Amino acid sequence: MNSKQGYSLEHRKYLRRIRVRQRTILVLQILLLISVFVLWEIAANRGWINQFITSKPSRAWTAAVNLFNRGELWRHLGYTIGETVLGFTVGTMAGIVIAAVLWWSDFVSRILDPYIVILNSVPKVALGPIFIVWLGTGLKAVVAMAIATSIIVTIMVVHNGFKNIDPNKIKLMRTFGASRLQIFTKVVIPASVPTMIAALKVSVGLSLVGTIVGEFLGSKAGLGYLIVYGGQIFNMSLVMAAVVMLSVVSALLYYLVALLERKVVRFNH
Amino acid sequence: MAKLVISHVSLKYHTVEDEIEALHDFNLQVEAREFISIVGPSGCGKSTLLSLIAGLMKPTTGMIMLDGSPISGTTQKIGYMLQQDYLFEWRTILDNALLGLEVMRRKTPDSIARVKQMLKDYGLSGFENSYPQQLSGGMRQRVALIRTLATEPDLLLLDEPFSALDYQTRLAVGEDVCRILYQHQKTVIMVTHDIAEAISMADRVIVMTPRPGRIKSKHVIDFGPEYNHGSPLKRRESPRFREYFAAIWKELNSSEQ
Repeated sequence: MNSKQGYSLEHRKYLRRIRVRQRTILVLQILLLISVFVLWEIAANRGWINQFITSKPSRAWTAAVNLFNRGELWRHLGYTIGETVLGFTVGTMAGIVIAAVLWWSDFVSRILDPYIVILNSVPKVALGPIFIVWLGTGLKAVVAMAIATSIIVTIMVVHNGFKNIDPNKIKLMRTFGASRLQIFTKVVIPASVPTMIAALKVSVGLSLVGTIVGEFLGSKAGLGYLIVYGGQIFNMSLVMAAVVMLSVVSALLYYLVALLERKVVRFNH
Repeated sequence: MAKLVISHVSLKYHTVEDEIEALHDFNLQVEAREFISIVGPSGCGKSTLLSLIAGLMKPTTGMIMLDGSPISGTTQKIGYMLQQDYLFEWRTILDNALLGLEVMRRKTPDSIARVKQMLKDYGLSGFENSYPQQLSGGMRQRVALIRTLATEPDLLLLDEPFSALDYQTRLAVGEDVCRILYQHQKTVIMVTHDIAEAISMADRVIVMTPRPGRIKSKHVIDFGPEYNHGSPLKRRESPRFREYFAAIWKELNSSEQ
């Protein structure tokens, strides 16, 4: 009875209206992006804005192509994506383990609580020089930055999720004589999957922030390095090209997490 | 020997602001295969009593004996059904029904087959691989009952097991649950605030006082041989039903003043 032919004329009209609306929104979104770039190009060519400090899309494109021809584009992209994914993975896993420890022992959680709150509000950029002294400039310090920016939020969000599980579900497990480990693996973890995905969504963005800041402070590769280097030699085309690529990378990472969410969270809507 | 003996049990809750005595010198004996209903004003310690029997808490004073040995911690002889079904939405119906066996490490091909048969017997065939949100409230409650019965307890504790259901479903599920429990010859202690429900199912109704909870009165429910262990709906039609209802209603009201 749900076949397409079975629908009434009004319902088909309704569906078409929705489809048209969605398509219009998409078209306008793309048009908006294109017109910003076109306007930027025209404004620079006509001299409405100073090309030297704003660059323009065609020159940014050339800068990107030059990087590609020199074989450096993939290296820089690879560094940034690799550092982010590494920092994000380690940060998330360590964050979930720490959240589990806090859930396990309320006593430990009470002791650590003020420190976690303070660490959360400390700007992680301030830790950059420390990481560079300890780990040297390069990959290790950048990954440490990415972990530092994402781990605290992961701990807080996931621990909160663990604590907010319906106590009756835990009572039910206890009536069967379940051990604390069984309660953790059979209730707490599966019930917290949506929370953990939500934490991933936040921490993937924060890891990227940490990575870029780390690359700013001390590195020889990555989009953050390109942006700082381009700024120092006043090559704004290189800076703009790197910023646009960074936007694409961040959208891509977010999309990957959203994809994971759709795969995993099937039963929790 | 009685199945369950509760002697001189009292329980105090401690909070920083206060000390609350939930139960005071509570005494009760339950015979094997008896169906006991406990009614009382809200907050009288009914649920606390069940938690104590289940071994989830220890009494401040007194002792609870099951089959002649004191209860210290949870035991596989006792099954506890909570106010709502609390089915895990990430598990299929079959996996939910198997939860207790899984926790107790008693999941074997035999026990799985037995649970599958129970699902079939209680009108849930074809739903083994469905998820809880695809089932109606009454069906979910039946899954919760199977989950409890799957571990084969002798003594069942029911904590207002139908309170989350609408009236119609409540009567129907009550009917099913009673039939199943008589079939399996279980000893049952059910806590409820619904007097009619208590009378329609139980062999004895215990009325409790407000906090600190004590036994105010005990009522043996006897509808005659053709009604006993029969359908709760049929028992509701018995002429004696009104008399019991009136007596217990009066007890409850006088205790609230």
